[in-house]
Amino acid sequence: MASKTINIIVKIWRQNGPLATGALEEHALKDISTDSSFLEMIDVLNEWLTRKGLEPIAFDHDCREGICGQCGAVVNGTAHGPEKETTLCQLHMRSFKNNDTIVIEPFRSQGFPIIKDLIIDRSGLDRIIQAGGYVSVNTGSPQDGNTILIPQHVAEQAMDAAACIGCGACAAACPNGSPMLFLGAKVSQLALLPQGQLEAKKRAINMVMQMDKDGFGNCGNHRECENVCPKGISIRNIARLNRQYLRAAFTIDH
Amino acid sequence: MSWFIQTCRSSLGKKYIMALTGFMLGGFLLVHAIGNSTIFWGREAFNAYAHHLHSLGIFVPIFEIGLYTIFLIHIVTGVILFLENRKSRGGKYEMETSAGGSTWASKTMPYTGVAILVFILIHLVNFSFPEKTEVKTIADFVTQVLNNPVFTLIYTAGIVLLLLHISHGFWSLLQTLGISHPKYDFPLRVITWALVAFMGFVYLLVVFLLVISQNHLL
Repeated sequence: MASKTINIIVKIWRQNGPLATGALEEHALKDISTDSSFLEMIDVLNEWLTRKGLEPIAFDHDCREGICGQCGAVVNGTAHGPEKETTLCQLHMRSFKNNDTIVIEPFRSQGFPIIKDLIIDRSGLDRIIQAGGYVSVNTGSPQDGNTILIPQHVAEQAMDAAACIGCGACAAACPNGSPMLFLGAKVSQLALLPQGQLEAKKRAINMVMQMDKDGFGNCGNHRECENVCPKGISIRNIARLNRQYLRAAFTIDH
Repeated sequence: MSWFIQTCRSSLGKKYIMALTGFMLGGFLLVHAIGNSTIFWGREAFNAYAHHLHSLGIFVPIFEIGLYTIFLIHIVTGVILFLENRKSRGGKYEMETSAGGSTWASKTMPYTGVAILVFILIHLVNFSFPEKTEVKTIADFVTQVLNNPVFTLIYTAGIVLLLLHISHGFWSLLQTLGISHPKYDFPLRVITWALVAFMGFVYLLVVFLLVISQNHLL
């Protein structure tokens, strides 16, 4: 099938630095292949800007396979664009029509300061992980592989939660700028498994405390997050976090 | 007690407070709706119900103070959450579209909350604060107030906003308290909707029947 080309107008967020005021900048792009990915379209725009001696658009990306969680922008008001369960790099220009105007903005939340253009500082999510998103493993001789039995359906649920790539779309889409879906997924993937039980209480409390400290908002159960999550993570994981935290807060003894 | 204060001040703690106080207020709303439905049995039944309530003696002020306290906690926590969340948004998007999930009800929770507070204050001034006597019973107050077109409108609007508020609130409080299970999600959602529908039916019917029947109901 011969590939089609479309002409589009992009309105893209330009911001020189964290403290600078940003604004949308308009560019007309001609003959964009519908087979190209969204990021390739920005590559084309950047080539053109570079050739004209202008500053290219700064944006984050890495694997371009939808698994690393580096890319992400709000496209026409929706985090990661119009396709469900799709990262920005896996969004293709065939999702747009000829003469469409596409508004591209960075993920916004009080916890995600803008570094430049579409690049945001997501280290708030890293600090949440550092606060408790781990299990401590003591070294020693390895135990038998089947000592700890985990039912298949539990392993699957933990894996569904572990699919989170930490892209931050949940906080970007949340009317309250809260990454509760991220937190729910990260707590759930460990809370579901026996290995995660030892530190379960401390984990829930410390991770929530860190989220609050970084200026993220409070979950309002709007459910916007699960609708933009590129990995289709369910708010059932937020409910699990709510249970974990409630139990931990009232029963932790150290 | 420091752990308790720390929990209450955390984001999840504030949500638990909203959920628990919301649950209690919802419980009151249900009892209030059932009590109000005595109106459908006529003037005597309604006045008798009010009389029975007031003959509970010491329990009346205890219950009132408790209810006001719960209201106050719900309002103060709600205002704190509203202000914090507005700050946490970190700037508005030039273009905003819902990806699905948020509803009219969920987006307007703080605003419907304020409107309901105003409505409740009007409601208290109308019925709770005035002295009721043998000559002028609660039934007389109800007929007099709801017969006024301005109040008919205020009560209808107030009840509709209340329904909007609890249509998100009832489900939301279950999610906040972590009550979520694949087996029970759907039945629980249906039950919360049914409760909202029941209350809406009773409260709105009281207003409309009084207006339509030209007060022959009471």
